[in-house]
Amino acid sequence: MNPYQLIKLAKRVGLYALIAVVMVYAIFPFYYAVITSLKPSSELFRVDFWLSSLDFSNYVAIFSEGSFVRAIFNSILVAVSVVAIALLLGITASYALGRVRFRGRTTVMLTILGVSMFPQVAVLSGLFEVIRTLNLYNNPGGLILSYTIFTLPFTVWVLTTFMRQLPMELEEAAIMDGATPWVTITRVFLPLMWPAMATTGLLAFIAAWNEFLFALTFTLTDDQRTVPVAIALISGGSQHELPWGPIMAASVTVTVPLVILVMIFQRRIVSGLTAGAVKG
Amino acid sequence: MASVTLDKLNKVFGHTHIIKDVDLEIGNGEFVVFVGPSGCGKSTLLRLIAGLESITDGDLKIAGDVVNDLPPRERGVGMVFQSYALYPHMTVYENMAFGLKLAKTAGDTVHERVMETARILQLEELLERKPKALSGGQRQRVAMGRAMAREPRILLFDEPLSNLDASLRVQMRNEIARLHHRLGSTMVYVTHDQVEAMTLADKIVVLRAGRIEQVGSPQTLYQQPATKFVAGFIGSPTMNFMPAELLGGDDQGCKIQAAGLGELALPQDAGGESPGAELTLGVRPEHLRLAEAEGDNAFEIVNVEYLGNEVYVYLEPKAGDTLLIHRSEAPSRWAIGQRVALVPELEHVHLFDGQDRALAMIGQRRAA
Repeated sequence: MNPYQLIKLAKRVGLYALIAVVMVYAIFPFYYAVITSLKPSSELFRVDFWLSSLDFSNYVAIFSEGSFVRAIFNSILVAVSVVAIALLLGITASYALGRVRFRGRTTVMLTILGVSMFPQVAVLSGLFEVIRTLNLYNNPGGLILSYTIFTLPFTVWVLTTFMRQLPMELEEAAIMDGATPWVTITRVFLPLMWPAMATTGLLAFIAAWNEFLFALTFTLTDDQRTVPVAIALISGGSQHELPWGPIMAASVTVTVPLVILVMIFQRRIVSGLTAGAVKG
Repeated sequence: MASVTLDKLNKVFGHTHIIKDVDLEIGNGEFVVFVGPSGCGKSTLLRLIAGLESITDGDLKIAGDVVNDLPPRERGVGMVFQSYALYPHMTVYENMAFGLKLAKTAGDTVHERVMETARILQLEELLERKPKALSGGQRQRVAMGRAMAREPRILLFDEPLSNLDASLRVQMRNEIARLHHRLGSTMVYVTHDQVEAMTLADKIVVLRAGRIEQVGSPQTLYQQPATKFVAGFIGSPTMNFMPAELLGGDDQGCKIQAAGLGELALPQDAGGESPGAELTLGVRPEHLRLAEAEGDNAFEIVNVEYLGNEVYVYLEPKAGDTLLIHRSEAPSRWAIGQRVALVPELEHVHLFDGQDRALAMIGQRRAA
């Protein structure tokens, strides 16, 4: 082997080593959670990197508890509603902002962007008053409302940018064919905007699914909680025991839907995020 | 099929006056071409007829009815766009059926119309394809099919061939001409290409800066351009222009003095112009003859272009001046560097006054 080939080999090895480091860094916490969730409580505090045996008792424990199942249902309800509302409003708003010329369009766009810059904590107390006035306290409706407020700016921005890239003549062709704006949006633009909608919808779903602060503040009883809060409030036999096994089992359970969703939509996400980079 | 009447049509965008008092009559079944340099308002005029832009002032009538405030779908117009603008997610069939379905046409009728349109445009084999699987010429035909399927009274074309390569453009130009011949429908066509205008039109409308410069058949525009602008725009290679001075005129014609050509007696009516007036002499390249140079009136040949069937000879009046072009059948005996005299065919020569308007021949009325 001559020196040139040796250098090439070394570079290759280095590359894979680097990839391995990144993979471990990214995946290890989740991997350790999976491992922990599959261990009986007696072995919890022994550090193992491989599983010697499978033990599903933690999963049985959390699913036998009615409040956790209820929390999953609540989370699904809230996240799906947020995605649906955000996409519906996002698409219609992006048509207005991207296609209709009106005075103050830029101002509206900047205001929308500005809203999304506030930290959650800053609006927490104000939002709490709004939700109590609307009688949505301790109700999934309150969470849907508050998540939508934080999801919409991003959704509107991404969809508006995407909408602007669709050729003007396409809309004019639809007008010539006798389409109303609503028909143009639903039957001409919507089919073309799937990648953008998949991307923004998924990100909205993840945000709503994982949100903790609002979910903790705006709910009171077990049967109204979403998963992140439910996990945080899983308690052990005594004040001094943190039940890591069930917590990990619950965390893994609620992560799986996200992983599946991302896998289903990953092609679309990529094409959504790069759309417009090259002419299609 | 329907006639279209434009009555003092105006369009203002913000502070820009795009279309200025345009009057035009488009007859039933006529093929009218709007032509002009970019920014002359030809596309805007088409979009005003389509209903994609609102009319600022004036009346637009289709088949005698004012349609200013009607939306496109109620005007009975179909439009072919420059970029085709086919719906990418629909098949060719769905593209053509979309407008019909939106108009709540019965299912059988939709199918019938689409199949009929597909047959006319030879798209039957492609009905199940998506636009991305079509070639440029096929997309063009689908775009026409979509506009035709609803059987509009008027078909509008917005530079439909400019996205095609040269050979396909000639082929599609032919197809459009044959289509018009076959359907006999009223068509309005926008282009910046004077060859397309000449070959397709029954009537050419030359636009310049939002105004109609001249309306007429291709032959009229070529032989009797009303202004220097039309004379320069129609015809390829372009007409040669030379400064000239009026020496005098009578009821037989006029006499002018043109630089490099000497004194010429022309059949034009000097009209109100007084001797000494500055005129422009216009001669098409094929209406010039070259002769051996004698005396002072000589031009130098700076380039000779051989095109197979004909030859373009470029002449330089004075260093720095616009080159003059002479066109003749091949072969040509002229070569670069020779000095020659120019002899215009006097019966084909055009004269333009100080405002660039053409002077009429004796016995003819001055064109619009």
